[in-house]
Amino acid sequence: MMLSASFRQLAVWMGVIALSPAVYAQTEYAVNFQTPVTETAQQVYQLHMLIFWICVAIGAVVFSVMLISIVLHRKSKGVQPAQFHESTTVEILWTLVPFAILISMAIPATKTLIAMADTANSDMSIKITASQFKWQYDYLNEEVSLISALATPREQIFEAADKSEHYLLEVDNPVVLPTNTRIRFLLTAADVIHAWWVPALGLKKDAVPGFINEMWTKIDQPGIYRGQCAELCGANHGFMPIVLDVRSPEDYQSWVAERQAAKAAELAALAANKEWSLDELNQRGEKIFLANCAVCHQATGQGMPPAFPALNGSPMVTQQEPIAQIEQVLKGKNAMPSFAASLNDLDIAAVITYTKNAWDNHTGTVVQPSAVAAAR
Amino acid sequence: MSHATTASHDDLHAAPPRGLSRWLFTTNHKDIGTLYLLFSLLMFLVGGTMALVVRAELFQPGLQFVDPLFFNQMTTMHALIMIFGAVMPAFTGLANWLIPMMIGAPDMALPRMNNWSFWILPFAFTLLLSTLFMEGGAPAGGWTMYAPLSVQGPPSIDFLILAIHMMGISSIMGAINVIATILNLRAPGVTLMKMPLFVWTWLITAYLLIAVMPVLAGVVTMTLTDRHFGTSFFDAAGGGDPILFQHIFWFFGHPEVYILILPAFGIISQIIPTFARKPLFGYSSMVYATASIAFLSFIVWAHHMFTVGMPVAGQLFFMYSTMLIAVPTGVKVFNWVATMWRGAMTFETPMLFAIAFVFLFTIGGFSGLMLAIAPADYQYHDTYFVVAHFHYVLVPGAVFSIMAAAYFWLPKWTGHQYNETLGKIHFWLSAISVNITFFPQHFLGLAGMPRRIPDYSLQFAGFNEISSVGAFLFGLSQLLFVYIVIKTIRGGEPATAQVWEGARGLEWTVPSPAPYHTFATAPDNKAMSAAGMLPAAEAGH
Ligand code: HEC
Ligand SMILES: [Cu+2]
Ligand SMILES: [Cu+2]
Repeated sequence: MMLSASFRQLAVWMGVIALSPAVYAQTEYAVNFQTPVTETAQQVYQLHMLIFWICVAIGAVVFSVMLISIVLHRKSKGVQPAQFHESTTVEILWTLVPFAILISMAIPATKTLIAMADTANSDMSIKITASQFKWQYDYLNEEVSLISALATPREQIFEAADKSEHYLLEVDNPVVLPTNTRIRFLLTAADVIHAWWVPALGLKKDAVPGFINEMWTKIDQPGIYRGQCAELCGANHGFMPIVLDVRSPEDYQSWVAERQAAKAAELAALAANKEWSLDELNQRGEKIFLANCAVCHQATGQGMPPAFPALNGSPMVTQQEPIAQIEQVLKGKNAMPSFAASLNDLDIAAVITYTKNAWDNHTGTVVQPSAVAAAR
Repeated sequence: MSHATTASHDDLHAAPPRGLSRWLFTTNHKDIGTLYLLFSLLMFLVGGTMALVVRAELFQPGLQFVDPLFFNQMTTMHALIMIFGAVMPAFTGLANWLIPMMIGAPDMALPRMNNWSFWILPFAFTLLLSTLFMEGGAPAGGWTMYAPLSVQGPPSIDFLILAIHMMGISSIMGAINVIATILNLRAPGVTLMKMPLFVWTWLITAYLLIAVMPVLAGVVTMTLTDRHFGTSFFDAAGGGDPILFQHIFWFFGHPEVYILILPAFGIISQIIPTFARKPLFGYSSMVYATASIAFLSFIVWAHHMFTVGMPVAGQLFFMYSTMLIAVPTGVKVFNWVATMWRGAMTFETPMLFAIAFVFLFTIGGFSGLMLAIAPADYQYHDTYFVVAHFHYVLVPGAVFSIMAAAYFWLPKWTGHQYNETLGKIHFWLSAISVNITFFPQHFLGLAGMPRRIPDYSLQFAGFNEISSVGAFLFGLSQLLFVYIVIKTIRGGEPATAQVWEGARGLEWTVPSPAPYHTFATAPDNKAMSAAGMLPAAEAGH
């Protein structure tokens, strides 16, 4: 399948040397940083431009001397080569002058570095847990959590559909943040090292399994800011975007209230042992499947055998009795991770119901959260 | 007794044996140098093909040719092959060919070990390349093999570890040989401070190799025991630390980048004075600058790790020490420029490559200086800006120096002058396409494109397209190089012993092609004075 797609593409490729018009319209040819939206990012930008111009200046001098020499001091002009060499004065000079220039760079760099490292006095904290290939955000003060993963459909990646405006930089659940608030991020990872990077904020830090890193930000302007994982973390490292939805503190508060209310309603329903309908569970389950399972089992349910088994038509999935599958998802098995900590009973019930009814698995079976709770 | 002497005497003047056994059992430094250089050329083409797979996939957004896992295998293998298979063996090949001739020695000090250091390499790389056909695929965690990703990786990682051990043994033996040769076999009168700079830079490189290859061996062995023998050096759950891997790796890794560039400095310092017809401006300051770069290279490693969450004091230390490297590096560049100044230059292919080296390596040096500034590095780290940086120092840097060296000494090695017009075409194609390939990558990185991704968002499409076109141009241009080399080996205008009007050094006092055995007896006064190694008074000026 992959191969025939490649040949088709090769034909397209040879036909059009230039980019397709749709892509062309989106191309920016940006040559410098994205517009900084925090004071820190602004400082970093200035520092970057300062060193850049210093390098340009030194380069201009060195390259001019070289060019003049190349133009004038050539044998074809009949010049006699000078034989001078060694000059202590010149050599001391070209050691000391660069040294002085370096000091002029080191001073602002040191100031910025120290300011960036000071995570004290924050107004709120968010714990970010990276895993292959999604981000979990726990708002520590508000008891809100969300998991954020790539929302671009596979068809767009494999050229079966036109690419959307924010191709590969869109997620199912953006992180909502307030403006003008000193936010501290606590960063860790569940499996391998990842790195959280949003260029407009001037922030990048590694998420290391077993350790917690800290960073902080204070965003001036509301808006949508996009970033990506920056540390190679496995096959789908390129598909791990970050989207921040920065709002005024009031709007942020109402978002929090909304999330909390939804969560409370969910908990109430769980407590009341509400019977969920097939539709409700299916809808919820599809999202959860795409965010948590599709990396291995694929959105088509075909998996990538032999490493990742197909769920479409799998006996374990299609059998009436769900307990084996509940166990599989709760406990994990070999390369399949456990989801007991990252998904709640409702989510697990929903995703299992979904797999039992998606693709060719028309079993009609409904798994209720209570069944998952019983299996924990 | 006298019988034995005669035998060894005959031995020395014997023509090389014919056939495969000449190459398998050779202990001749020139043969081994040739083997290294040809091997390196082969690996350059293999690694280059992998780079083209990467650039083909990145030509347009979307996945067209390969799946993400294979893409990662390509980036990983490309780097491993280019570093350990192409650039390092090329420099060792040059060392083998040139160091004995430059210091007036009959051969390398340890010829049998020399044979062994080369012949390990084909096995190591066969092992490494075989992983492409294994279940689970070739290593795909980056050439840096970071834990825990590589600890969890497929069985091919174990083969990579074994291959690295083999390459390491080969490099260390090569380095021991270089040191033993330089320290023991210099002809009378070739004092340390009269050695050509290529010899000096290699001497220092050899010490770096001996110092850090065992560190690499250590860190991959720790990975191996974490994978199979229940240790948890790099696993927090067992009391280890994934960041420890990075500290050890980069303690090897940063000196490694100087292993890849110091011999290049040496080559450029031979070529520029030759074609400027003027002595190197500051010989001794070049030697001291090389030594200080080598020393500093041991105390800057964590500049690759500014984002791992080091304490501020640590970041400041590594930022300052890294910035310091700009001083001796500047001294080198200033020296080359001052050597050209008021010379009488001609621009044969080796000189063109050398001048492009100075320009483009300096650009790579500038981006390196920018990367040293920790707060700015947070933005650059792991983006295409870094990719642009190290390709500028490695391709128009190290690789151009190797090309320059090939054109410079090819007449000496083969006895034939290469075709100057073709050489110049090769130069201009390479110099233009290398910039088309890598310059736009600076922009991509600054604008926010991470490295090591098979697909990207639409705003990066334009520059990626340009970069891919450049890469294919560059790749194809190298076929011309292969053609020129083969053509020169097979025939061409006969070269004189001197080859280049401005050439100075003992290797130019022997005929071209250099006889199978040179300097069986130490160079005489005439040779020494032609090489500029006699004090003016003795030389009779
Ligand atoms: C990191 C990859 C990965 C992810 C993510 C993943 N799985 Fe799996 N899954 C596996 C592997 C590997 C197996 C086979 C395990 C074994 O038997 O060794 C498996 C097996 C299964 C099976 C049993 C299939 C059979 O026929 O035996 C089910 C059901 C399943 N997974 C459901 C899920 C669901 C639901 C999710 C999302 C909540 C999920 N998996 C997420 C890797 C994954
Ligand atoms: Cu990643
Ligand atoms: Cu370094």
